[in-house]
Amino acid sequence: MISSIKKLVKDFSLGELRAGMKITAKELVNKKITVQYPEEKTPISPRFRGLHALRRYPNGEERCIACKLCEAVCPANAITIESEMRDDGTRRTTQYDIDLFKCIFCGFCEEACPVDAIVETQIFEYAFVDSREGSIMDKAHLLEVGDKNEKMINQTKLEDSKYT
Amino acid sequence: MTFDQILFYVFSFWFIASSLAMIFSRNAAKAVLFLILSFFSAASIWILLEAEFLAITLILVYVGAVMVLFLFVIKMLNIDKSTLRAKFTGYLPLGLLVAAIIIVEMTLVLGGNQFGLDIVTAPARHAADYSNITVLAMQLYTVYVYPFELAAVLLLIAIIASITLVQRNELNRKKQSISEQVNVQAKDRVRLVSITTPSKEDK
Amino acid sequence: MVLWQSFVELVHELIPWFDGSIATILIILIKAIALVIPLMLVVAYFTYAERKVIGYMQLRIGPNRVGPKGWLQPIADALKLMTKEIIFPTKANIYLFLLAPILAIAPAIAVWAVIPFDEGIYVANLDISLLYVLAIGSIGVYGIILAGWASNSKYPLLGALRSASLLVSYEIVIGFALVTVVMIAGSVNLNDIVMAQKGGVMHWYWIPLFPMMIIFFISALVETNRAPFDVVEGESEIVGGTHVEYSGMTFAVFFLAEYANMILMAVLAVIMFFGGWHSPFEGIPVVESMFAWVPGIVWLLAKTSFFMFLYLWVRATFPRFRYDQIMRLSWKVFLPWTIVWIFVVALMTQLKIGPWF
Repeated sequence: MISSIKKLVKDFSLGELRAGMKITAKELVNKKITVQYPEEKTPISPRFRGLHALRRYPNGEERCIACKLCEAVCPANAITIESEMRDDGTRRTTQYDIDLFKCIFCGFCEEACPVDAIVETQIFEYAFVDSREGSIMDKAHLLEVGDKNEKMINQTKLEDSKYT
Repeated sequence: MTFDQILFYVFSFWFIASSLAMIFSRNAAKAVLFLILSFFSAASIWILLEAEFLAITLILVYVGAVMVLFLFVIKMLNIDKSTLRAKFTGYLPLGLLVAAIIIVEMTLVLGGNQFGLDIVTAPARHAADYSNITVLAMQLYTVYVYPFELAAVLLLIAIIASITLVQRNELNRKKQSISEQVNVQAKDRVRLVSITTPSKEDK
Repeated sequence: MVLWQSFVELVHELIPWFDGSIATILIILIKAIALVIPLMLVVAYFTYAERKVIGYMQLRIGPNRVGPKGWLQPIADALKLMTKEIIFPTKANIYLFLLAPILAIAPAIAVWAVIPFDEGIYVANLDISLLYVLAIGSIGVYGIILAGWASNSKYPLLGALRSASLLVSYEIVIGFALVTVVMIAGSVNLNDIVMAQKGGVMHWYWIPLFPMMIIFFISALVETNRAPFDVVEGESEIVGGTHVEYSGMTFAVFFLAEYANMILMAVLAVIMFFGGWHSPFEGIPVVESMFAWVPGIVWLLAKTSFFMFLYLWVRATFPRFRYDQIMRLSWKVFLPWTIVWIFVVALMTQLKIGPWF
């Protein structure tokens, strides 16, 4: 009896509506958590899997030995590798393409690589605006990304090394 | 010619033109729109005659509510024009007869011999602050209160009658009880049961 | 005011044709422009306020890129909509398709003619201004119905059907709720209704008509197709209702009409229940003289802004109603309540309770 009267009072004084509006009014004055993206950025994990890069040894020799393990492990078939014997008798790639439309950024290539040649950097602000071809990273591009960001790659590897 | 007269002729022209367009338009929705336009023109003429209350009521009731329902019905129905046209010639003589009778009646009742300036004195112009709604209410609620109430009761009966005509097969109909749905509380629908999970020692 | 009077006389002297009728029309036109341009600006910044307020309530900060703090966002939006292409659906009735937005915006602006902003500040002082507001306001529905019908598309048609039945049922509720105000004020002239509420907060009609005020506000939400009653648009069920086929300026006109109507309903609520342009400090000895210099229009706009904020607050809070629930709310809850309250008000008027009668 009393509970039904209570419910009646609550219904006719718009209890539920008031409860809802109280919450939104409270949130109105709460601190806003929006990150102003181009000016502010959220921290990125060292394990973040962004744009790919091919690395070199400190002496300038490219790491990749064209073992094609990454090509084999790639679940999206995004990697295409052609290789040839170089003049000094080592096996090197002549073609190393990653199709970024196909790539799902799983990081398996990085894990499969025996010489740590292919890595995924923390770069995520890239766009291929021109065409379908623009989405395919060829060997020269990948090496360029690696050369430019060697410091960042070393840093993230170091940070992550504690946990591997 | 005064400005009032120009306005009167403009509104009258629109009134007649839209009424004719309403009759001759083939598209039902367009006909309704022309009818609305003719209502508006009529309301404008009434405002020129200082009958603002009637004019606004015409717009409020007919344009605002009745014609909305008309459009509503026209959208719901798929009117088959060919059958309508086939019957048209059959009904034409009867229709013409009825129209002729109505025209004769209206000329007899509303013609110049009833409302001419030599029979009825010309209505006086009132000042801008004259409230004809007060006068109308006075008449309606004192002198004509019984006819007014009678009309109200008649309308109520009409509402009840139309609802009872539509409400058939109450038993066979599946329907939702919204008040029941609205009044449902969380505890009516969800039963929270606390279950003690057997620990490893019990096994 | 004196300046305005001399201006009116000057215009009458310059244009003497038809006993000054042309001059009168010109004066009315000037008044209308002076009303419509600020109104459109308010509408533009109301959309900005809406995005900001709802953003803040959802812990976001809303538009902040165009201009300082996003202040130029509405202008950017307007420019975008103006330059966009207007697309006509195949086999749509193009005349009615273009007539629909005009029919939506024309009544939304025409209604403002009788709204009194301050003592003596209005475009027209109609003896039956409240009825005028209701009558012209009810025409706005044709814009939506025609948009639905002329688009030759199924979702607009569904939206239009919903809108037609909703508006017809809620007009009755709004009418009945306002009848109680008319009963107390003893007039259907908006000026007289505001004048009857003179004498401070306790004299305003929101105390004796508190349930009617709530019912009026909720019905106003339905009338203007606002959340949580925006089933006419219903993005999640009928993708956008009557607006589906409209783009560019035709859509913008619908948008303007909706927001102009919202602001109108807010002003109407203030005039009916919150004493219009009267200061809330009337009758309080010291504060009254302190605020005596504030013109009445400021009080009216301040109270209106609160109701406009309430619109946004409600939109940010409640989920959308189901269509049949809205219909039930109208016929089975609001209508009986308003009729009961008419009797209560009649009793109060007879017994002369409170300072209102």
